[in-house]
Amino acid sequence: MTALAGKLAGRLPEKLTANSGALLGFVLGALVLLVVAPAVLSDFRLSLLGRFVCFAIVAVGIGLAWGRGGMLTLGQGVFFGLGGYVMAMHLKLADAGPSGVPDFMRLYGSGQLPFWWEPFRSPVVTLLGVVLIPALVAFGLGAAIFRRRVRGAYFAILSQALAVAFATLLTGQVATIGGFNGLNGFRSFFGYNLFDPVNKRMLFYIAAVTLLVMLLIVWQLYRSRYGELLIAVRDQEERVRFLGYDPANIKIVAYVLAAAMAGIAGALFVPLVGIISPANVGVVASIAFVIGVAIGGRATLFGPALGALVVAYAQTTLSESFPSFWTYFQGALFVLVVAFLPGGLSSLVSVRRRQRADAQPSSTEPPSPVQRVEADGPPPPEPLSGVPAGSETSR
Amino acid sequence: MPRLRTRAGVVRATAVLAIAGLVSAGCGSRVGDSGASATSCVDTSGSSVKIGFLNSLSGTMAISEKTVNDSLILAAEQINAGGGVLGKKLEVVTEDGASEPTIFAEKATKLISSNCVAAVFGGWTSSSRKAMLPVFEGANSLLFYPVQYEGLEASPNIFYTGATTNQQIVPALDYLKQKGVTSLFLVGSDYVFPRTANKEIKAYAKANGIEVKGEEYAPLGHTDFTTIVNKVRSAGAGAVFNTLNGDSNVAFFKEYRNAGLTAGAMPVVSVSIAEEEVGGIGVDNLVGQLTAWNYYQTIDTPRNKAFVADFKAKYGQNRVTSDPMEAAYTSLFLWKAIVEKAQSFKTDDVQNAAGGVSYDAPEGTVTVNGENHHIAKTALIGKVGPDGLIYTEWSSGAPVEPDPFLRSYDWAKGLTG
Amino acid sequence: MQALFSQLVAGLSLGSILLLAALGLALTFGQMGVINMAHGEFMMAGAYTAFVAQGFIADAGVSLLLAIPIGFLVGGVMGVILEATLIRRMYHRPLDTLLVTWGVALILQQAARDIFGAPNVDVRAPTWLSGSVNLGVAQVPAARLFILALAVAAVVGLSLLLKATPLGRRIRAVVQNRDLAETVGVSTRSTDRLTFFIGSGLAGIAGVALTLLGSTGPTLGTSYIVDAFLVVVAGGIGQIRGAVIAAFGLGLLQATFEYSTTASIAKVMVFVVVVVFLQIRPQGIFSVRTRSLA
Repeated sequence: MTALAGKLAGRLPEKLTANSGALLGFVLGALVLLVVAPAVLSDFRLSLLGRFVCFAIVAVGIGLAWGRGGMLTLGQGVFFGLGGYVMAMHLKLADAGPSGVPDFMRLYGSGQLPFWWEPFRSPVVTLLGVVLIPALVAFGLGAAIFRRRVRGAYFAILSQALAVAFATLLTGQVATIGGFNGLNGFRSFFGYNLFDPVNKRMLFYIAAVTLLVMLLIVWQLYRSRYGELLIAVRDQEERVRFLGYDPANIKIVAYVLAAAMAGIAGALFVPLVGIISPANVGVVASIAFVIGVAIGGRATLFGPALGALVVAYAQTTLSESFPSFWTYFQGALFVLVVAFLPGGLSSLVSVRRRQRADAQPSSTEPPSPVQRVEADGPPPPEPLSGVPAGSETSR
Repeated sequence: MPRLRTRAGVVRATAVLAIAGLVSAGCGSRVGDSGASATSCVDTSGSSVKIGFLNSLSGTMAISEKTVNDSLILAAEQINAGGGVLGKKLEVVTEDGASEPTIFAEKATKLISSNCVAAVFGGWTSSSRKAMLPVFEGANSLLFYPVQYEGLEASPNIFYTGATTNQQIVPALDYLKQKGVTSLFLVGSDYVFPRTANKEIKAYAKANGIEVKGEEYAPLGHTDFTTIVNKVRSAGAGAVFNTLNGDSNVAFFKEYRNAGLTAGAMPVVSVSIAEEEVGGIGVDNLVGQLTAWNYYQTIDTPRNKAFVADFKAKYGQNRVTSDPMEAAYTSLFLWKAIVEKAQSFKTDDVQNAAGGVSYDAPEGTVTVNGENHHIAKTALIGKVGPDGLIYTEWSSGAPVEPDPFLRSYDWAKGLTG
Repeated sequence: MQALFSQLVAGLSLGSILLLAALGLALTFGQMGVINMAHGEFMMAGAYTAFVAQGFIADAGVSLLLAIPIGFLVGGVMGVILEATLIRRMYHRPLDTLLVTWGVALILQQAARDIFGAPNVDVRAPTWLSGSVNLGVAQVPAARLFILALAVAAVVGLSLLLKATPLGRRIRAVVQNRDLAETVGVSTRSTDRLTFFIGSGLAGIAGVALTLLGSTGPTLGTSYIVDAFLVVVAGGIGQIRGAVIAAFGLGLLQATFEYSTTASIAKVMVFVVVVVFLQIRPQGIFSVRTRSLA
């Protein structure tokens, strides 16, 4: 049975099988998220799943920027927070009434609305802002950093410092943006009552659909020419430059897309969870996003999203019952996966397939040039002799 | 072209499922409709009733909040030993707020909707309370909040057994004024409580001729106070009003002492330092400094002596008791008393029966104010002794009625906005 | 005038703390291109060493002085274990090393919580280090002077090591050109290990010094790691001078900003300054390699 399947897998054109794999994944994902989960889970668990879905959306963006683009961004919390706070500001203003001021401002501040809150009364501006503000910030940062050829570990540290700086800035502004408390106490979402369980379900569906749409977009990108360029920049940036492309531009596009996705995820997080605070923006939150991606498989299509879902779920359930054990387990899993299985757990699938293919008796026809058939993208690069892969240090 | 067909097929399949999902979800009520809201799932049919304890067992506030958890557990054990509440034993579900308001809100939701507790006891920072407020109001459940705070709040779903402004901050200001202090320097952590408290302090100072020479905020968890202590020293005020919280207090007092400032020349009045924190900060750094609370371990009444003895017997002879611990302990007994008066665990019944319920607490007799859900408490100013305990310097005599919105004070007009 | 001088002292003091924290990091990063996110936890280990020492030795002064070399050893040993088990396998993958060491940091933090408890512990300062020293123009807390002296001693010691000892020459050779050093016969493996030992040991000393200023807890490392990294990034790699100038520069900058605004805004402004500085000079203040950033 397996021998037959192996032969068939070897014979089918690679791209069709890859497509079938992705198709299967999408259909399965849509089924589970949109049909099975709402039917099986209680309202409380469903809203928890909604939160995990938001994290998965951020993870998809990180998979694009880091897995395919080689930019380890440890500051996605910033863009998550930007999108989230924009949405939160709009919801607070909507609750306060057509010309009202949010409750916390009257208590801790002067009762005057800062001018930069005003634009977010409008739903249109808010929706645009959720996507554009993180994208613009990412564009500015990317242009400043990538054009100066700052990359690798330096970029990672700077993105982390950005997360710290932004979280600190938010924490310090109690009267204008809620400070350490953050913004919470939302009553309505674009006119719909947030306490109604039916509306909460609707929010979950919106989040799930957004995740699937993001995956589609990313899948399309991976199969396009841009996707190939991005991988090239990740592996050999200098060579890409010699070929005539500007790697900075290529990286900026990926970084901006990742930021926009994080912003959208933040905006969805706000009505689902009901609160956003600097805790969702800072270092710990930013790195938590990355952990899921690393464990799931950073360069694959579904790996980041699955990894984020699984890690977030495990965190919520295990950390309640065994807080100490969970931290050790998470740390150890992270260390082991990144050190010994950099492709993430998804690469286990391909390793098994390779092992099975290697164990086949050799067939009569010459072996096809590509032995491995991946459902989701090329495997992480292996070092060619003498030239380290993904190397950021040329000595 | 198989490739195109498959890709389009994927898109179509997903789209169909998505639309099906959205349609089947339907839309719920809009704002303004007499919409649906969550129903309570509390189960009191059996021989036990569930309650939730929600404290930070990790993070920057753990040093303080773990002690509250300890005294809550002691209270639950004593109640169960006495037969429980309405004949039902208490079944405690404990959750860790991890010093993050977001997690407090999340765990509160879990306790209410998933564990179906009849009431939740806990919270500490005003940020955690603000984060939990919408959860309790939205689900119509009950929170018993044991910590002193900045007032300007009276939710029907929260019972505040800690001091409000006029039971702690205002008496402290009265005491300083009595001692002849004419200028103040305000130092606080940057979040809700210090900001609001300082607003109130400035209003009082303006009306009473006290000059506020400086107002400095440090982020929660900040540990470098060189600059702030420099500013304090160069401003040369008569006293410092300290609303720092958590680890910051440790660094602040170490720096204060290193800078050569003494309690005699420029005393610091703190509202977040109790017996428990003294050990962490170091007695040498704190001796002679002032605190404003409604309870000290050294209170000399039989009821308090029994409480302290029980606590030490359970947890160890070198443990200490503090105001929030006592307030939490009292809150559980108060809830029991209200439930027994109402003969019901339901939130609405508890709210209706609460007014006038009394309890003989270690701090003295306390009575619940039915309108604002606070309790009347005696204000006590204390001084840190060389043994690390706090001794009463001044007392307000009788319990002070809670006035969270400061309506009875002229100088506070305009504060609530 | 007194305020100005006090702020100057505050900036120098903050700079000396940053320097102690970042010195070891600059050494390991310059040597191996490895970002060690567990560096903060090595500092935490050093701080807890001081706490444990105080449990055995009653006199706070003696225990502090003894804790310094012991903290160096504790940090160094932890660093060598980390290097031998994990980092050695991950050459040519600097980003993954960053993540792996972050995972290790998580584990170490939880271990500290389980061993010492989640709440912070107090390390008593010796009497000769409490109170302040009168320098005429201003009062300077004695503890901060001690830390400044310690930082200077660390820099001097490290410079002497690098310039005057065979090990130091080997380290410099490997930093300048690893392949050529190997060709000449320098054992890069053992040099790396020793460098990591020294760098992590310096973190341990930094941790001991920090117990004088604030409370000691499991999250001690996370408060300092990002600032230490900024110092390393701004200072450039390969030379100690860069780290020294960057540390004191950032410290003075933060103290200056903090005086006119708040601590929060000061942190943000320092970050902005570093990013802008990297625009002008992406390789940092001093760098051995001049062509590209990495």
